[in-house]
Amino acid sequence: MIKIISVFILCTGFVKLHAQEKGMLDSMIQDNRQTQKVSGAFKSTRVINAHSVEMLGKKNLDVRILHRFGMINQGIKQFFGLDQASMRMGADYGITDYITVGFGRSTFRKELDAFVKIRFLQQATGYKPIPVSVIVAGGATLWTEQSFDSIQPTIGERTSYYLQLVLGKKITSALSLQASPIVLYSSRADNVGSSNTVVALGGGGRIKFTKRMAFTFDYHHVLGPKTPGYRSPLSAGIDIETGGHVFQLHFSNAVGMNERAYIAQTTDEFFNGDIRFGFNLSRLFFIGKKSKSSGVY
Amino acid sequence: MLAILFVFCGVGSIKAQNRLYSNDAKISFFSKTALENIEAENKRALCVWDTATGKLEFSVLIKGFEFDRALMQEHFNENYMESDKFPKAFFKGTLKSDKPMKLLMDNSYMAKADGMLTIHGVTKQVSVLVTISSKNGKISSAAVFSVLLSDYNISIPTIVADKINKSIRIAVAVAEYKKL
Repeated sequence: MIKIISVFILCTGFVKLHAQEKGMLDSMIQDNRQTQKVSGAFKSTRVINAHSVEMLGKKNLDVRILHRFGMINQGIKQFFGLDQASMRMGADYGITDYITVGFGRSTFRKELDAFVKIRFLQQATGYKPIPVSVIVAGGATLWTEQSFDSIQPTIGERTSYYLQLVLGKKITSALSLQASPIVLYSSRADNVGSSNTVVALGGGGRIKFTKRMAFTFDYHHVLGPKTPGYRSPLSAGIDIETGGHVFQLHFSNAVGMNERAYIAQTTDEFFNGDIRFGFNLSRLFFIGKKSKSSGVY
Repeated sequence: MLAILFVFCGVGSIKAQNRLYSNDAKISFFSKTALENIEAENKRALCVWDTATGKLEFSVLIKGFEFDRALMQEHFNENYMESDKFPKAFFKGTLKSDKPMKLLMDNSYMAKADGMLTIHGVTKQVSVLVTISSKNGKISSAAVFSVLLSDYNISIPTIVADKINKSIRIAVAVAEYKKL
């Protein structure tokens, strides 16, 4: 019995000695329990139209200028749609690494929008892995254009709300995918379609093909009673990142640039060629003190 | 049989006594330009030092470097270090002191660490001056050196070339070595 035990101990001893020869650090590496957050699933806080699983860092201000042009199939007389432009200007701000707020104003219906985006889980690898990132975005839109003097809807009648869940995963360093179901509500059904509540199931993704460029797409399938003439928004494009700027160039059938407008008010059919060119321009500013130097220089 | 066993155990423990390690070594780096200063710190680098043979190893996770600005950290990982592809940087070398080290007594030593430094998948020979001090039984070390980004195949696009120094200063500090 003693012999068996000593042989066993000897063997484990040999294994240990052998392991030490490989490199002094190799046996220690598992001991240092570290969890790394997975970041950079998308280059921007929007895939194209939809919220992405990315958040702004604390004290980051993201100034966003969005353009959607006319339909390309209008031909050269309309300069392939570039003669017409619809725009949204806005700014997002990272209160913490987990809470981002934003607002914007679109030219279409002179509509204001604001949102709060909260990250509940961030994908992580290592000691305590988390498989996906979970984000919830909630917002409201209010159109302010006065079309007729006789019809004056109240603020409540001009407001729509949305709540969106985003589940996303950076699968490899190049490929990220996300699902983004959304609920829209308005006290006036014609703001969001044919009923007060509209549900859409959406998804998006990115395939990075260089360090600073990626192919992106997002789609939202509008469920429930279809309003005649309304379509589901599909967009595909490329992201180009240059330091603090991200340019998102894309083709889409959607002209709206807030959640109500692109989910519930897309009238063009992508596969009929009713495609528009558009771009999102994002510029990040860091609002806060410059870091103190640690005096190594 | 038992005697052999004891001998083995004895050899093992003597060997281990010569090994010092740290799992909270601090590695920080600095890039200074007129336009922008960039710095980041990783407080959880691993290090083992065999005081008998002088063998020294460091290993650090690239994703563990923390910046003040989240965007810099993302660009560091995504665009420059490609930390998904090259998750770690490490050093393997030997440490030689100017005079024989008696680490149990209060004293300080100048030493030179010669070895191979691997960053971004590229391995280069480096030689770094290290200060080692022992005080009240606490052994610590510190080193500062520079690396060229071009040596490690880290390319800087011209658009941000003025904001990133081509030579990056690296500071390595071990506050207290523990016995392995």
